[in-house]
Amino acid sequence: MKQISVNNLLGVKYLTKDDINLIFETADSFKEILNRKIKKVPTLRGITIANLFFENSTRTKLSFELAEKRLSADILNFSKTGSSISKGESLIDTVNNILAMKVDMIIIRHPSPGAAKFLSKNTESCIINAGDGTHEHPTQGLLDAYSINSRLGSLVNKRVLILGDILHSRVALSNIFSLNLLGAKVKVCGPKSLIPKFINNFDVVYEPNLDEGLAWCDAVNILRVQNERMNQAYFPSLREYHNLFGIKLSSINRLRKEILILHPGPINRGVEIASEVLDNKNTIILDQVENGVAIRMAVLYLLASKREKIIESD
Amino acid sequence: MKQKKLLDEPTLNVLINRLSCELIENHLDFQNSILVGLQPRGVFLLNKIVKKLIQEYDIKNLKYGKLDTTFFRDDFRSKKSPLKPTFSNINFDIENKRIILVDDVLYTGRSIRAALIAIESYGRPIKIELLTLINRRFRRHLPIQPDYIGLNVDTLQNDRVYVNLNDPNNESSVYILKDDNETNFS
Repeated sequence: MKQISVNNLLGVKYLTKDDINLIFETADSFKEILNRKIKKVPTLRGITIANLFFENSTRTKLSFELAEKRLSADILNFSKTGSSISKGESLIDTVNNILAMKVDMIIIRHPSPGAAKFLSKNTESCIINAGDGTHEHPTQGLLDAYSINSRLGSLVNKRVLILGDILHSRVALSNIFSLNLLGAKVKVCGPKSLIPKFINNFDVVYEPNLDEGLAWCDAVNILRVQNERMNQAYFPSLREYHNLFGIKLSSINRLRKEILILHPGPINRGVEIASEVLDNKNTIILDQVENGVAIRMAVLYLLASKREKIIESD
Repeated sequence: MKQKKLLDEPTLNVLINRLSCELIENHLDFQNSILVGLQPRGVFLLNKIVKKLIQEYDIKNLKYGKLDTTFFRDDFRSKKSPLKPTFSNINFDIENKRIILVDDVLYTGRSIRAALIAIESYGRPIKIELLTLINRRFRRHLPIQPDYIGLNVDTLQNDRVYVNLNDPNNESSVYILKDDNETNFS
């Protein structure tokens, strides 16, 4: 079997198409295990994984923790609140202390873009990025692509609209990288003030009109308006945002076709998506959550396996 | 590599027929029994046995499935490349059922150990039996023995036994492969 080409998962940017396909194939096998009576395998027995969450998280943290438990790894959980970070300890000192406890892999979420890469350069551990500021959230990007791929059969020439706060989103970049690698066409849509200027560097088209974007796409991935990262007013009001860029049942019903509706969560009901759309049969938000565990199990399995070989060859 | 044919298609058919008959002796109408082929190669043998039981011995409602043991193996750390997982397909309740694990070659017994743990994920069978086409004797790493044996074979450690049951362009066969610098076949 092929090996994954990277030793750490810092971003989808560093993966190849073969890597993503390998992760998807492995996730397929794990998905089957997650539907068994007993959903646990002994594969990562003896491997210790630290979940370092320097930012709040519900889905990602629980999903990683569940994936680790399903694989029988030992787990250390760390959150910023209640830790020595408040006493002024630096990131590298915190991590080195955790690694001194013989931890094999580190899952890190951090508000600073590049935090995961910084750790990978300065420690010997295997690092998995669970979101670094507004940069990347690779496992979310992978599971979004996997969810669309599972429903549509393939991503080649499929049209995906990424809608919302692209500027502050770490999911957007990971989505763009994974979708482009797998052959999908990508457009981004949202208020111009929430579209980063560097978007032109990627194979992505900006669509200013939501209705035209929805008419064009096979799947729409709705990103949250990240109020907590906004230090100025990017649009006049949430009401206006909802009117212009919120997904409403009427805009879905107007389409003469069915499209998949994704959202990485957490959802601001009534802002980027109307509550009644969440009950639509093509809304696959809970599929994304289920697939997230399988994708994270696959990433852990492939990276742990690679790491074991590196240690062996040392 | 030197190779020696252990079994040709007619002999294999006789063996598979005999194994099927032995299964019927112990399981009669298979109402409480389930055949489980171990992925990937045990499934080819399973398919032959299932075909025989249904078509020639008229067994009704035979339950059978596939089991992938990749994530239950103990050589995660010792293989040069990651073990490639395949699919399990056991869409029925195995609680209090009699399970017959089917594999092509029994060698160290480690795959069967993994299968015994993996099958527990689906429930608690009342009994688990093991059927193997080729039993490589004196090579076991674990105290595991088959209940149904097609052929006992004595081999050296570096020998390989190759079972071909799935190539549509060639007849089914079993070969033993030896290194050139090892003892000649006798």
